[in-house]
Amino acid sequence: MAVTHGTPGVEDDPVVRLEGIEKSFFGVPVLRGVDLSLHAGEVHALVGENGAGKSTLLKVLAGVHRPDSGRIVVRDEEVTFASPRDAQAAGIAIIHQEFTLLEHRTVAENVFLGREPVRRGQVDRRALEADTRRLLDWLGEDGIEPGTEVARLSVARKQVVEIVKALSADARVLAMDEPTAALADNEVELLYGLVRRLRDRGIAILYVSHRMREVFDLSSRITVLKDGAFVTCAPTADLDTDQVVRHMVGRPLETLYPERTGVPGAVRIALRGAGNERVRNLTFDVRAGEIVGLAGLQGSGRSAIARAIWGVEPFTTGTVELDGVPTRVTGPRTAVRKGIGYVTEDRKGEGLALRQSVRDNALLVRRAACRGAVARQAADLTRLLGEVGVVARGPHQEVRYLSGGNQQKVVLGKWLAVRPRVLIVDEPTRGVDVGAKQALYRLLRGLADDGMAILMISSELPELIGMSDRILVMHEGALAGELPAGADEETVMALATGHGAAA
Amino acid sequence: MSAVREQIRRRSEAPPRTRTFVITPVLVVYLALAVLLVVGSVLVGVHGGVLLDHGGILNILTRGTVLGLVAIGQTLVIVTGSLDLSVAYLIGLCSLVAAETMAGSTAMIVPGVLAALVVAAVVGLVNGLVITVLKANAFIATLGVALVLRGYLEHNYTGPAGSVPRAFQHIGYDRIGPVPVAALLMLLLAAAAWWYLRRTRTGYHMYAVGGDVDVARLSGVRTGRTIVTAHVLCAVMAGLAGVFLAGRLGSGAPYVGTDAGYDLESIAAVVLGGTALAGGRGGVAGTIGGVLILSTLDTIFDDLGLDSFFKDVVRGVVLIVAVALYARRRTAGRSA
Repeated sequence: MAVTHGTPGVEDDPVVRLEGIEKSFFGVPVLRGVDLSLHAGEVHALVGENGAGKSTLLKVLAGVHRPDSGRIVVRDEEVTFASPRDAQAAGIAIIHQEFTLLEHRTVAENVFLGREPVRRGQVDRRALEADTRRLLDWLGEDGIEPGTEVARLSVARKQVVEIVKALSADARVLAMDEPTAALADNEVELLYGLVRRLRDRGIAILYVSHRMREVFDLSSRITVLKDGAFVTCAPTADLDTDQVVRHMVGRPLETLYPERTGVPGAVRIALRGAGNERVRNLTFDVRAGEIVGLAGLQGSGRSAIARAIWGVEPFTTGTVELDGVPTRVTGPRTAVRKGIGYVTEDRKGEGLALRQSVRDNALLVRRAACRGAVARQAADLTRLLGEVGVVARGPHQEVRYLSGGNQQKVVLGKWLAVRPRVLIVDEPTRGVDVGAKQALYRLLRGLADDGMAILMISSELPELIGMSDRILVMHEGALAGELPAGADEETVMALATGHGAAA
Repeated sequence: MSAVREQIRRRSEAPPRTRTFVITPVLVVYLALAVLLVVGSVLVGVHGGVLLDHGGILNILTRGTVLGLVAIGQTLVIVTGSLDLSVAYLIGLCSLVAAETMAGSTAMIVPGVLAALVVAAVVGLVNGLVITVLKANAFIATLGVALVLRGYLEHNYTGPAGSVPRAFQHIGYDRIGPVPVAALLMLLLAAAAWWYLRRTRTGYHMYAVGGDVDVARLSGVRTGRTIVTAHVLCAVMAGLAGVFLAGRLGSGAPYVGTDAGYDLESIAAVVLGGTALAGGRGGVAGTIGGVLILSTLDTIFDDLGLDSFFKDVVRGVVLIVAVALYARRRTAGRSA
């Protein structure tokens, strides 16, 4: 372990400098002369819409892609990375959204994977655990045991292990790609602490995120990319959210959230004292034309409600009425037939068949739920995809090649193909850039205006508050209260954590 | 808000759940073996025999020896996330190579054994290279190699060939008390394979490659080399099984491996022993338990004089139940 303690604060010489990086794929320029410098002990935020070139820039930094032109300078020495190994050797590590950990190996075995200390022909397991423990202590993460199987750790702790793994390879630069995307709300705070400790110990951190609040909470400088080009790099203190968003989209976002235009109609779905193992005694209505927000901490039962309505883990007590008729939904198939749609939280795992085409995905539900001719009929597919605004090379493109926003639109299209009366959306804009978010918001509002009843779950409070006509707050499996449109974040949080009195 | 933050912090810093006692698949396998021995003893006893007498123990261990050798090798490739379907024909081929090289001469014992193991290593190398260089799926790659071996055997042999000197035939029959020497050698190799998987870097890397090949590669593991190593070792173990069988039979026999179905049988033993077919978890200790369960079942059925149809049905059911139990354990662990 040769991690040295750096001095906090920005030093004169950057650890890594990228100059005029250009990169094209098949003649399409993805990066057009991007500059970026990272100093020891700074948190440098990299922002831009999806497709702005952030991930390509990360891959250039990580040695996955070689730039067509431009220089990479590591500690005043120009380098070329032929492979990720070279970048690692130069002290650059990328913390991806998907962790590179082996679930069934221990923390220590993961940290030193590929670099296991060997003594007399066999792996020196004592050194392995001791070195891992030292690194964990150095980071102030003494709650993690080196001998624990990774599968037993929470997502936040896995992230710590991922970071320790990078540090064990003497990383001086950590690039974190959307590090909070997979974290629960309460874990984000822990990540903040970790990032600050890394910074204080002289690590240069490149922080890629869509979430403006994190960018402003953590970073000391912000670099903005747009369409592969460098827009600006400025101290965070000199910028505000509006300015950054304007730089990112190149135009002011008039209002991110569409106006609440709908007039609530008849009650579409009504829960009366509904409950199961995870949630209890739920009584609420969602009306046609309404978007009802569902807030709460991770594990408070938000998604459990969705899964119960949708029949994955059905309610065992109370009743559910659809359009005034008491109904029992015993499984997803019944739910679809009764006109309930569910856009799940896990887009890639549960929402899409990634290796199938846009067309096949969009027609998935209709083919499954309807018989014969209706299922085969696909004439209005073009209209459907146009309606949700999917940008793809064509209906036959595999969805895994689409951006997060477009993938989410395909998922929505899948549901619109059967015209549900009730639509549940769980974290609809996770991993989606600002521009696509706005499109999704408009789409959802439009659906509500057409008479759909929408139940929206989200961890992003600004989004939930901006979109909802009413907000239901969950706390430990029960409703903690209901708030009107435009409630402020603190009130929601207070209810969600069990502090506030029910409004 | 600060009160809220404080609450959040406190909640997430709650100490992790620690479990002092973990029920591992290995433990389950040996418990099942113990239960099987007790139940088997009772059944055979009711039938008027004794399961675990001199002959019974000998029978179980003898049956387990060849399967054990093959299954040890199979464990290495399955842990690495691969599979070897060519072992059965390879066993036949190696028995022939050994017996024909020895040709009844005591002086040729060592060259015969070495020749068989070299042939095995080459076949393993081919398996590994087809999978890593040509990027063929392991199932198809080793099935293809198996077909090539079968073609060679069918074209060149109609029955047993070669001859093993009497001195070497001892390896098949010598024993200490009720324990065959060959079974001890097999267990010794099992211990070596256990050490190899659990203590060496290559062993660590086999688990890594089987767990997630991309993760292993990104962490700097030479994944191709690891897969090839596993296949070569697996083939050499199959080669040893062929040599041992030649010793027992007194000559080489082209279908000695396929008649006993060592390809699927060895995979069954590995899976029964709790190794995930997808790779990344499991190990040799469980495999030996799986082998002993299968050979004990066979011995019990023989003692009871049951017909082979019933025997196969029970074996099939045992395998399915075992895998279903492991799957249940896994999903339960995930949702916890």
